[in-house]
This record gives sequence, C-alpha cells and structure tokens, in this order.
Amino acid sequence: MSAWASQLRTEVALASRQGEQLLVSLGIPLLVLVFFSLVDVVPVPTERAVDYVAPATLALAVMSTSMVSLGIGTGFERQYGVLKRLGASPLGTGRWVAAKTTLVVLTEVVQLAVLTGVAFALGWRPPMAGWLPALAGLALGTLAFAGIGLLIAGTLPGLVTLAVTNGLYLVLLLTGGMIVPVDELPGPMAAVSRVLPAAPLVEITTGSLTPDASVAPWAWITLTLWAAAAPLAAVRWFRWE
Amino acid sequence: MVVEVRDLVIRYGDLVAVDGVSFSARAGAVTVILGPNGAGKTSTVEHLEGFRPAAAGRSRILGMDPVLDHRHLVRRVGIMLQEGGIQPAIRPREVLRQYAGFFDDPLDVDELLDSVGLAHRSTTTVRRLSGGERQRLSLALALVGRPEVVLLDEPTAGIDLEGRELIRSTLSDLRREGTGVLVTTHDLDEAERIADHVVVVDGGRVVAEGSLGELTGERSTTLWFRCHDPVDLEALGAALGAPARTVGSGTHVVDGPADPQQIARLGAWLAEQGLTATEIRAGGSRLEDVYRDLTGGGNDRSAS
Repeated sequence: MSAWASQLRTEVALASRQGEQLLVSLGIPLLVLVFFSLVDVVPVPTERAVDYVAPATLALAVMSTSMVSLGIGTGFERQYGVLKRLGASPLGTGRWVAAKTTLVVLTEVVQLAVLTGVAFALGWRPPMAGWLPALAGLALGTLAFAGIGLLIAGTLPGLVTLAVTNGLYLVLLLTGGMIVPVDELPGPMAAVSRVLPAAPLVEITTGSLTPDASVAPWAWITLTLWAAAAPLAAVRWFRWE
Repeated sequence: MVVEVRDLVIRYGDLVAVDGVSFSARAGAVTVILGPNGAGKTSTVEHLEGFRPAAAGRSRILGMDPVLDHRHLVRRVGIMLQEGGIQPAIRPREVLRQYAGFFDDPLDVDELLDSVGLAHRSTTTVRRLSGGERQRLSLALALVGRPEVVLLDEPTAGIDLEGRELIRSTLSDLRREGTGVLVTTHDLDEAERIADHVVVVDGGRVVAEGSLGELTGERSTTLWFRCHDPVDLEALGAALGAPARTVGSGTHVVDGPADPQQIARLGAWLAEQGLTATEIRAGGSRLEDVYRDLTGGGNDRSAS
C-alpha cells in the first residue's frame, strides 16, 4: 500500500469516528435544508424556499468540511505533535496534503449526494446546465475555505483554532447568504459580506442552480481571489509545531 | 560512525541552547547523551531529526546532513519524540499500520505490538493507554521501518519499572542487530544500565565523553568514603599524606593513589577516631559521582 493510501485510510478512520465532525459536515446542513425549506420564514427571492435554500446549503456543506472539519482536525494534530512526528516519517508534505485533500473531497461528495437527494425529495428541480458552474464554484470555495482553515490551524493553538473556526463559521453562516439572502442584510453588512468568501460562493451556487437566475460577475472574481490567496497564505505561515 | 556531530551550535534567538557540541555514535552500540534538563539534549537530538537547523557546526547521520538530506534519512532513521506525536483517538494497531504503510519493507505490525508488550492493548484508544504504554507504542513507531539508526529522546521518562525493562531489552536487541542507538536521558541509573558510550552534557557543552569504564576509571586514583559523623579532614590528610576533601553531604574524597595500603591506613585512622564509614571505595567510582563532579549537580540526581 502506498504512503498516501495508508495516510488516507487513517484519516478516514479517524474522521468517521468523530461524532462532532459528522454533526458539522452533515447534521447542520441537513437541518438547515429541511427546516428552512419547510418553514417559510426566510425572505427568499425564489418562489419556493427550497429553490434558494438547497443550493445555499451546498455552499454551507463545503464551508463546513473544508474550513471547520479540516481546520479543527489539523489544529489538534498540530497541537498533539502528530504533524511533527509525521514530518520525521517518509510520508512527506506532498502526500500529506494529498491525503487531506482526498479526505475533504470524499466528504464533500457524500455531503452533496445526501443533500441533493434530500432536496430533490423536497421538490427541488435545478437546471442541469447549472451544475458545471456550481461545481466549479464549490471547488473554488473548497480551496478558499481550506486555505483559511489551515491558516488558522497552522498559526494558533488547537483550542483557539476550535473557537475561532466555529465563530467564523457561525458569522459566515448568518451573513454569507447561506440562510438569509445577502440582499436582505443592512447595506454596510451586505457590503462587508460580499468581500468575504461565503457570499460569492452562495451567489454562484444559487445563481447557477435556480431556473432563470444568473451569477453576478463580482462573485467569480472575489471567490477566485480567495481561492488563490488563502492557500498561499496558509503555505506561507503554517507552522508544523 | 553512524552519527557524527562536530562543534554544533543551536540558537533560539539570543539563547544558545547548544554551544559547540561534538560527539559520535557507532552502529551496534547504545550511545547515551546524559545531562540535566536544559543541557541541550533535546535540541541536539531534534537537530539530528532534521527539525532544528544548526547555527554553526557540522553533523552527519549515515554520512548525510540531517536537515538538508532529511527526506532521504526519514527512511533509515527511526525517532521517538520526547512526548506526544500520536492522536489520542487512534488505536495502537491502526497507527502502527499507518506508519508501516510509509515503508517498503516494514516489520510485521502484530509481531511488533507483541514485542513491545502491547498485543493486549492493540485496539484500545491511545488516550486510554498509560504513560508507559504510550512510550512503548512510540518506540514501536520508531522501529517499524527497520531503521539503521534510532534517536530516542528520554524514552524511559516517567514510566513504570516493567516498561523500563522492556525498553532496555529492546535496546539490547537493537544493539545486537547492529543498529546505532542514540538515547538522551537525565537519569543516571538509566544511563549506567544501558550505555556503551556516554556523552555528558551540561549548559550546552560536552563535559565528558567515553565508555562507562573510561568515565568512571578516570577517577580511579581517588579514594572515596561515606561517613555521617563529622570528620577532621585536615588531620586525616596529614595522617594519610594526601589532601582530603568533602564532595557531598557525608561523602569525602582522599586524592592520590588509592592502593590497598592507603585503604588500610584510612580504615585504621577512622577506627582510631571512633568513626564508622558506611562505604569505602577505591577507584571504580559510580557514574553518579563523576556526573556530580562534572555538572556540579549536587544531590539533584534526576532533575526533572
């Protein structure tokens, strides 16, 4: 078995054993999807709530996995000296990054399958042509959020990473259009939100996967910048111990 | 020599942790770096592990540079960190299989678990293992890739007697198989039991290096005795024709030849004075005495 596969097997075993990780990556997005699709409390721009909430939840799922789960997991590994010990093994940084990336992608595939399935059951019928840009957006979002998660995990102690990442998650969940559309926020708050990575990702998924909607160009520009800058910053400042 | 360190200097900002250390370690032998905490042991080992760059000096493991050739050395060198390095949520068998997967020809995981006495704990999460069990798991991780050199930082620190014996016997096996073993410790007893070669460090410098015999033999011209009653050292020195001094509470030294005649004279003088010596020893001093002399460590035998 290759070193990458051996590392990945361990990552999968540990991730699937941690209940709080499953809660963040699947439990919360599912809850948001079902609750806000059935209870008509959010002022969505679409006729039915599910048409906005379903694609927004896909963005939420990506943020949960690539920023929160990856960040917190890596932060504690760094604190426990796991990364240092791996650094003295033949695994190597490249294969470690590859194993972590594979874990994130595998988790996201499961999340997207489950969430899309449930959304379909709730009556969601997105236009087929929207999937390509939506998946491209989700990939950019993964890069941006993974960069942010690893930047936090690689510079702050484990418990602080836990607090900061969860705090950021909550702020972006509320202000990034993942439940309440950004247009409904007070002007200055919406302006700030559009510069952060959550709102452009939601703009891309909702704009692509809603019939007769489109994606505003600013969303692609902002998200691409984040997807480039955040991983570079993580590479620059990440400390292994 | 599998490890060679020459004039190594390691700095953390203004702090000089290692200040010109030189020593070497050979294959098929256990080399112990002995010294109190803060002596620079961990910095030296972590440099050899590739984690700390040298500010000056030159070191080689298996002929390679520990920092620059790190990615080649990781296949041939096994390490044990002073603490941590293993996920609390993982199980011994899982983490050993993980590391075994990084090597082309690893040891058999189950045999290895058995050899470090963890076969019955192979599916218990690490967070529920005792300190000694974790140390043994960490040792197993160091060995899984059949290393030619192992670097162990305080492997027996804070672990029970049974665990210590298991680690000692493992080190003996490694020595017999021709592996180069470099161990740090602040524990004299441990050093005395396992070392073929001792490097005594203090304040970032090597204060003595040699085999146990060489280190303790250097002081064989000295006569040592312990007596808990007050001793008139001047009178003793006059009677024996050699200067006498106190080196610790109740421990005294007579410099000069420690031959049988001198021992007899010391015994006679003590009897004359009505004093009882609890121990008289000529030459062959214990490492403890040498260590105290060299590091000025006083009674603090295992500063922790």
